[in-house]
Amino acid sequence: MLKIENLHVRLEEGGKEIIKGLDLTVGAGEVHAVMGPNGSGKSTLSYALSGRDGYEVTAGTAMMGDVDLLAIDPEARAAAGLFLAFQYPVEIPGVSNMVFLRTALNAQRKAQGRPGYSSAQFLKLIREKAATLDIDADMLKRAVNVGFSGGEKKRNEILQMAVLEPMMCILDETDSGLDVDAMKLVAHGVNALRAQDRSFLVITHYQRLLDHIKPDVVHIMADGRIIRTGGPELALEVENNGYADILREVA
Amino acid sequence: MALANLKQEATGTRLAAAVVPPGGVWATQARRAALARVAEMGLPGRRDEYWRFTNPETLNAVQAPEAAAFDAGDEAPAFADVARLRVVFVDGVFDAAQSDDLSGEGLEIARLADVAQSDIHWARDLFGVLEAGGQHPVPRPLAALNTATATDGVVIRATSVVERPVELVLQHRDADSDVALHHVIRVEDGASLTLLESGAGAARLNTVAEVDLGHGAQFHHIRVQGRDHDRRAVTGLFARIAEGAVFKSFTLTFNGRLTRNEVVMDITGDDANAHVAGVALGDGRAFHHDDTVFVTHGALAGESRQVFKKVLRNGATGVFQGKILVRPGAQKTDGYQISQSLLLDGDSTFIAKPELEIWADDVKCSHGSTSGAIDEQALYYLRSRGVPLVEAQDLLVLAFVAEALEEIADERLADDLRGRLEGWLNRHRG
Ligand SMILES: Nc1ncnc2c1ncn2[C@@H]1O[C@H](COP(=O)(O)OP(=O)(O)OP(=O)(O)O)[C@@H](O)[C@H]1O
Ligand SMILES: [Mg+2]
Repeated sequence: MLKIENLHVRLEEGGKEIIKGLDLTVGAGEVHAVMGPNGSGKSTLSYALSGRDGYEVTAGTAMMGDVDLLAIDPEARAAAGLFLAFQYPVEIPGVSNMVFLRTALNAQRKAQGRPGYSSAQFLKLIREKAATLDIDADMLKRAVNVGFSGGEKKRNEILQMAVLEPMMCILDETDSGLDVDAMKLVAHGVNALRAQDRSFLVITHYQRLLDHIKPDVVHIMADGRIIRTGGPELALEVENNGYADILREVA
Repeated sequence: MALANLKQEATGTRLAAAVVPPGGVWATQARRAALARVAEMGLPGRRDEYWRFTNPETLNAVQAPEAAAFDAGDEAPAFADVARLRVVFVDGVFDAAQSDDLSGEGLEIARLADVAQSDIHWARDLFGVLEAGGQHPVPRPLAALNTATATDGVVIRATSVVERPVELVLQHRDADSDVALHHVIRVEDGASLTLLESGAGAARLNTVAEVDLGHGAQFHHIRVQGRDHDRRAVTGLFARIAEGAVFKSFTLTFNGRLTRNEVVMDITGDDANAHVAGVALGDGRAFHHDDTVFVTHGALAGESRQVFKKVLRNGATGVFQGKILVRPGAQKTDGYQISQSLLLDGDSTFIAKPELEIWADDVKCSHGSTSGAIDEQALYYLRSRGVPLVEAQDLLVLAFVAEALEEIADERLADDLRGRLEGWLNRHRG
C-alpha cells in the first residue's frame, strides 16, 4: 500500500535535513505503528507524504499503490486515498465543519469521477458517523476546530477520516490529549475502518493506544531514519525501557 | 498655497458648471443653500483630513471621465428571487416602462423630480437637512453638491411595516453619463422598510440618501454597486436614528475604478442601533475603494457596529476611515468597529484610520483593524482533505467576509449576495 524508499527531506527554510534516508513499507490491510523520541522526524515524515509546503524532498520515493505521491499536489494525494490526521489540527474561522467536510468529500468524489453527495445524503452520512464518535450537532455547525478542546479536535480528525474513507491513513499522535473514554471512541473509530484494502500508519508515544489498535508491525524512528522494526512487543519494550537501549544498540 | 489655489480653482469651475434643477420654492431654497455650502467648504482636496488616501480629482472634475458599461452576460440581476418594488433609473433618468407602479402597502413613494415641484411637502423638513447636519465636524462637499444638483431620486415614506422591499435599480449605459440622484426617506414610528440598491448607475455617480427613522422604526439597506470596471461613485448616506430605532446598511462592491462610500449615522434617541457593513472585492491596480464612516452617539445605550471587509489583489487599494463619537451623557454606549483586509498578493494596499472620541465615562467602545494574507496553514489543511487550491482559496475568502455578510438580517438577501460573491471569485482567478 505504502512504499517509501531512501526518503530525504529537508526544511526549505534553513535547509536542515530532518528525514535522512528512510525506508518503510506498509502492506495492504496492515496497521503499522511508528514510535520515536521527540524531534526524530515523525511529523515531518507525515507532512512530506501529504505535501505540505516548506518540506523539500531531496531524494527518494514514496509510492501509494502505483501512485507516485511526491509527484502530485496535496489535494491529488488526498483524492488518491491518502489521509493525515494532524498532530495539531488547524482552525479555520468562518468555515463550518459541515461545509468543510462536504466540500472535501465532494471534491474528492469529483476527482475520482464519482457523483457528489446532495445536501440530504450528506446530512444523513455525517449524522451517522458523528454519532459513533460522540460528536454533536453543535460541533458540526461550529467553525472548523475553532474553540474545540484538544480532545474534540482529535475526534474531529477521525470523523473526517470516517467520512472520507481513505486507503492510507496516517495518524499523528491522535491519542495525545485524549481522555480514556475519548481514546476508546477514537480507537473504535479506527478499528471500524480496518479493512483488507486499507492501511494505517499510527504515530504514537504510548502503548495505551496500541492496546486498542493492535499493530501488525512497530517501527522505531530516530534522527530521521527507521532504526528498528519488529512486532507488537517492540512497543512494550519502549514502554518499559524507553529508547535508550535501542538507540545504544544502533549506535 | 499651490494646493489651496488648486482647490479653489476646482471649486470655482465646478460651481460655474453646476445646474440647479427647476423646482418649487422650498426645493430651490434648499438647493441654493447647498450650493452655498459647497462654495464655502470647497471641493475635496488632498490636504483635507479625510481625503488623504483617496484622490478626489476625477470626482471634482467638471467633465466625468468615461466609463464603458459592463455587460454582465447571463448573470441574474441582483435580488432577482425576491418580490420587490423596482424603481429603475437609466443613467439617472427614470424609466417608467421598466419600473413597477410607484405604490405599495404602508408606503408613499414618489420621484424627487415631481416632489420638488410641489409648494408644500413633508420632504421639505429633510431634503438637504440631514446632509447639512452631517457636514460637521467633517465637511462632505460632494454630498452638498448632490443636494444642489441632483435631478431625480425617490422620496419614500413608510407608515407601517412594509413587507415588500423597494429596489433602486441603477442602470448604466452611456460611457459618459454623469449622474446625481438624491433620495429622501422617512420611516415613521414603529414602521419598517427595506431598501435595495443595485447597479453602477452611471459612468460617474453621485448619490445621497437622507434617512430619518422615527421611534422604534427599522430601516434595512442592502446595496450592490454594479460590476462596471471603470465607473466612479461617491455616495453619502445620512441617517438620523430616534429612540429604539434600528438602522442597518450593507454594501457589496465588486470592481469599479473609484468608490467613496460615506456613511453618517446620528443616534439621537435612547436604545437605538446603527449598523453599517460592507464587503469590497478589488482586482487590479485601477481599483480604489474607500469607506468613510462617522457615527455619533448622542443618547443613552446606543449600539453601533461598523464591519468592513476588503479582499484585494493585483495591486488594488482599500481605504477605511471610521469614527465613533460619543457625546457627553451618551452613557451605556456600545460601539464596535472592525475593518479588515485580505491581501491576496504583496502588491495590494489597505489603509485604515480608526478613530474614537469619547466624552462619556460609562461606555464600551472597541475597534480593530487587520491586514493579512491568506492563512497558508488553513489552505494546506483544506488541500490535504482533497479540496483543490482555488476552491480552498475561495472558501477562505468567503470565510473572511462572512462576518460582514452576517450583518444582513434577511437570510434570503444574504444568500443572494453570497452567490454573487462566489460567482465573482470564480471569474477572477490568479
Ligand atoms: N517548520 C519547521 N521549522 C523549524 N524546525 C522544524 C520545522 N519542522 C520541523 N522542525 C524540526 O525538525 C525536527 C523534527 O520535527 P518533527 O515535528 O518531525 O518531530 P516529531 O518526531 O514529530 O516530534 P514529536 O514527537 O515531538 O511530535 C525537530 O527538530 C523540529 O524542531
Ligand atoms: Mg510530531
